[in-house]
Amino acid sequence: MIIQGKTNKWEIVCGLEIHCQIISKSKIFSTASTKFGADANQNVSFVDAGMPGMLPTLNQYCVYQAVKTGLGLCAKINKYSEFSRKNYFYADMPTGYQITQFQYPIVGEGVVTIDLEDGTTKEIRIERMHIEQDAAKSIHDIDPHKSFIDLNRAGVGLMEIVTKPDFRSPEEAGAFLRKLRSILRYLETCDGNMDEGSLRCDINVSVRPYGTKELRTRCEMKNVNSVKFVMQAIENEAKRHVEVYESGGTVEQETRQFDAVSGQTKAMRKKEFAHDYRYFPEPDLPPLIISDEYIKQIADELPELPDAKKNRFVNELGLTKYDAAVICENKEVAYFFEKAATGHDAKKVANWLMGDFFAMLKRKNLTIEQSPITAENLGRLVDLIEQNIISGKIAKDVFEIMSETGENPEKIVEEKGLKQVTDSSTIEAIVDQVIAANMDKVEAYKNGKTGLFGWFVGQVLKESKGKANPQIVNKFIQEKLG
Amino acid sequence: MTEITQLTIHETLDGLKNKKFSTVEVIKEYIKEMEVKRSLNAYVLETPETALSQAKESDNRYFQGKERRLEGIPLGIKDLFCTKGIRSTACSHILDGFIPQYESSVTANLFSSGGICLGKLNMDEFAMGGSNETSYYGPVVNPWQQNRNLVAGGSSGGSAAAVAANICAAATGTDTGGSIRQPSSFCGVTGIKPTYGRCSRYGIMAFASSLDQAGPIAKDVRDCALLLNVMAGYDAKDSTSANLPVPDFTKVLGQSVKGLKIGIPAQYRPDGLNEEISAYWDKGIEILRSAGAEIVDISLPHTQYALATYYIIAPAEASSNLARYDGVRYGLRVDGDHLDNMYINTRTEGFGKEVKRRIMIGTYVLSAGYYDAYYLKAQKVRRLIRDDFIKAFKQCDVILTPTSPTAAFPIGDKHMNENPINMWLNDIFTVSVNLAGLPALSLPIGLSADGLPLGLQLIGKSFDEETVFRAAAVIEKEAKFERLK
Repeated sequence: MIIQGKTNKWEIVCGLEIHCQIISKSKIFSTASTKFGADANQNVSFVDAGMPGMLPTLNQYCVYQAVKTGLGLCAKINKYSEFSRKNYFYADMPTGYQITQFQYPIVGEGVVTIDLEDGTTKEIRIERMHIEQDAAKSIHDIDPHKSFIDLNRAGVGLMEIVTKPDFRSPEEAGAFLRKLRSILRYLETCDGNMDEGSLRCDINVSVRPYGTKELRTRCEMKNVNSVKFVMQAIENEAKRHVEVYESGGTVEQETRQFDAVSGQTKAMRKKEFAHDYRYFPEPDLPPLIISDEYIKQIADELPELPDAKKNRFVNELGLTKYDAAVICENKEVAYFFEKAATGHDAKKVANWLMGDFFAMLKRKNLTIEQSPITAENLGRLVDLIEQNIISGKIAKDVFEIMSETGENPEKIVEEKGLKQVTDSSTIEAIVDQVIAANMDKVEAYKNGKTGLFGWFVGQVLKESKGKANPQIVNKFIQEKLG
Repeated sequence: MTEITQLTIHETLDGLKNKKFSTVEVIKEYIKEMEVKRSLNAYVLETPETALSQAKESDNRYFQGKERRLEGIPLGIKDLFCTKGIRSTACSHILDGFIPQYESSVTANLFSSGGICLGKLNMDEFAMGGSNETSYYGPVVNPWQQNRNLVAGGSSGGSAAAVAANICAAATGTDTGGSIRQPSSFCGVTGIKPTYGRCSRYGIMAFASSLDQAGPIAKDVRDCALLLNVMAGYDAKDSTSANLPVPDFTKVLGQSVKGLKIGIPAQYRPDGLNEEISAYWDKGIEILRSAGAEIVDISLPHTQYALATYYIIAPAEASSNLARYDGVRYGLRVDGDHLDNMYINTRTEGFGKEVKRRIMIGTYVLSAGYYDAYYLKAQKVRRLIRDDFIKAFKQCDVILTPTSPTAAFPIGDKHMNENPINMWLNDIFTVSVNLAGLPALSLPIGLSADGLPLGLQLIGKSFDEETVFRAAAVIEKEAKFERLK
C-alpha cells in the first residue's frame, strides 16, 4: 500500500510482536493449573505469588510446545537458550521481574508465507521466538479507588514471536495474523483466541518515502486485540507519521495506545514506558539445552500444516487454490473435508461443504464439530448424486433431512423412496403420458416454440416426483418431439 | 558429668540411644540454657512448646526403636529459612509477622530425620553483612569474652553464636560470600559451605541466587558431616540443585591424609596479614605435613579481583531478588496515596541501610549503559576466578587458607562502620569460593593472644566435600581446640 501524502508518496514499514499463550495443563514455571475461567486467584502456587524463597522450575511441556511452534514457523531451533529476568515494579508482576528469554531465545529466524487477496503469496520473515511467563491480570473497573489483581494468569507460558519489519500494508499484517493463528491451531500450541487474550499483538510502525530503503523512527502500539484493530492501527498510525513529516515535524519514538472506538492512536504518558528493565541471566534456571534427537522427534510428530495441506488439495484433489485456501485456514474444516472427500469426488464435496454445508452451520449457529451431518455422510451424499441414485435436486431435500436428523443419506433415500428412476421403459411411459395429455403444446413446439422443451421435462419430473433421471427424460422428449 | 548442652550431636545421639537421658530432658536443658543466655540475642524467635511436643514424639520413636538419623537433636534455624507455621523474617522489618505456609527443603530434610527446631536464629538482614549488625533485631553478642561485646560475625551470626554458647546442638546457616565460615571462625565453631547445588535453595529467602548455599554450623567436624548428610540432596523444586548421590560424609573421618596434596595459595598471604593468623595458618600446614600430606604452593592469580567481582554480582542479583518485598502480599505495608508511593514507603521503612545500599549498587550495575562495564565484566572475571581454581586443583587435592583476616571485632566498631568497604574486606578469603561454587569448611585452630578464636579454611574440588572433611578431621584432632563450656 502506498500512502499518497500532500507532497510525497510514502511506504509503510511495519513489524509485529505477537504474544501467544502456550497450551499446557500447568504454568511455565510452576505446577499451578492454567485452566481458563477459574475463579480469581484460584490457580496460584506459592511460586506464582512470589512468596519468599520460592523458585521457578521449567515446565518441559512448554519447551516441547515452543519447539513444535518453531518448527511450524520453519525456524531455526536453538539448541542452547537462556532465561533472563526483566525487572520492573508493577502489581501484575509479584516477583518484581518477568522470567523471559533475552539474548538467547529458543527459536531463531523463520518464515511464514501469507496469501494475499490478489492470489499472490509473500514471505514474512520471523526474527525470533522466545518463551516467557505471562503477567497477572489487573482489574480496574470493580472499584473506583482500588485495582484488583487476579494471579490466575501470572506464570502462564507465553511464546513471543517477533517478525522482521516486512509488512508494507495493513492487509499483509492481517493476512499474517490469520495465517499464524491457523498454524498455531494446527499445531495445537496456542488456541489463538484474540478476544480471550490468548493471542495478543504489539505493532511497530514507521513510514518512509516510497522507493527508499531507510528505516525511520517507529512507534509501538501494545496489546491490540483483533485482526481488524491491528489493520486499523497500522493504517491510522502510518497516516499520522506522513502528516507529521509533511508538516515538517519529526516522529518521536514512543509507545502509543490504540483506541478501538476512534480507531486512532494516542501518546501514553512518558512515565508509563520509561523503563530500564535491567535484564540479566536468570540465576534460578540453568541454560536450556536441547538435543538434535529431541528436535527430530518433534519434527516427526508434526502435523501437516495449512500450506502443505492446501498445496496437496490443489495438486492431488484438484481443488482450486481459492477453495483449498478457504478449507485449509481452519484445521477442523480441513480435517472434516478430508474425511468427507476420502473415496468420493473431492471437488463436489468441496462445493457442498462451502455452499449448503457452511450455510447450514451458519443458519443453525453451530461449529463444524457440532455439525449434525458427519463428514462420512456428506461424502455418501455426494456419491449418491455421482452414481445417479438421486438427482441434485433430491439431494438438497436429503441434505435438509440430514441436517435435522443426522441420518445416513442412503437410509433416507431408501426409506423415503427417493431413489432416482433410471429404468427407460418407466420413464418412456411417463413421457408418452405427458405428451398424450398435452397435444396442443406439442403442436406449438413443432411450430417453433422450442422453449416449451423445458416445460415438458419439468412435467415429466413432476409426474415422477422428481425421481426420474433428467438425462434419460431429456433423451426421450428429444426423440418424441422430433 | 558434662552438661547435656555441651555434648556434640554424636554424643547426644549416643546418650539418647543408651537411655542416659530422654529427648524431653535434652530439650528442657536447652530451653533453660536459651533463657539464661538471652543477652546474646542469638534467637529472634524461640519455639519451646513445639520443641517439647516434638521431643515427646522422638522419645516414642526411641522407645519403639524407630529413631531416625537425627532423632531428638535440638537445632537452631537461621531466620533466612522458611519454616512452615513459624515466623520467618530474614531479620528484616519488611517481613514483619510473615508466617510461611511451606517448609524449606533443607529444614524439611532435617525435621523429617528427627531434628527438633528450638527457634529462629538472628542474622544480618537478608544475609547482607559480616557482623550481624544489620539485623532488624539488633546484633548478636559473641559468646567469647562476652564482657567485651564483640560481634559474632555474619551473616549467620546467630547460628555460630548459638552453637558456641551451647544453646543449640547445631544450626543451619547460609553462605553467599562467607556467611557460614566467617562467623564460625569468630565463634570458634565448625561450619561448611557445601558445593553450590549440593543443598536445595527451595524455601530459603534468596539473597544472591547464583552464590547462596545452605550448610551446617556445628560443634565439630563429625557433626558437620552428619548434618550435611541429612541436609544435602537433589530437589526437583530447585533447578540448580545437583542430581548427584550424596555420599556418607562421616565415612572419611579418621582416614589418613598421607599423600594428599595440600595447596597453599600465595595470594592469600598479602603484606600486612595479621601475624597471629599467619602463624596459625603455618600451624595448620605443619599438622597436615606431619600427617603425611604433601604441601604444594599454588597460585590463584585473580584473587585480588574477587571482592570487587562479588560486590557487583551479589548486589545485582539481590536487587532483583528483593523486588518481591513490595508490601502487597505479605509482611510490612506502609500505605501511600498511589501504588508507587506505597512501594516507596514500604521499602523505605522496611529495609535497613545495608540492604538499601546493595539494592542501589545492584540496580546501578544492571542499568542500561553500565551493564557491560560492571555486571558483564564481573561475570567474565568470575569465570577467570573459577578457572584459577580448576587449574590449581590439577596440582592439589584441597586448599588450606585462613578463614578471615581478623578475629571478632567490637560491636559498633568505628573503623568497620565508617566505611562499608572495611566491613566487606572481612570476606576477602571467603568470597572466591562462592564465585567458584566450591565447598569450603572453616574450623577453629586456636585462640589469639587476647583469647579469641581463629579459624582455618579448607577449600575442596567441586562436589568433593569428602576430602575437605578428611583433612579437617586431621587438623581438628591435632589442634585440640577447646570449645566454650
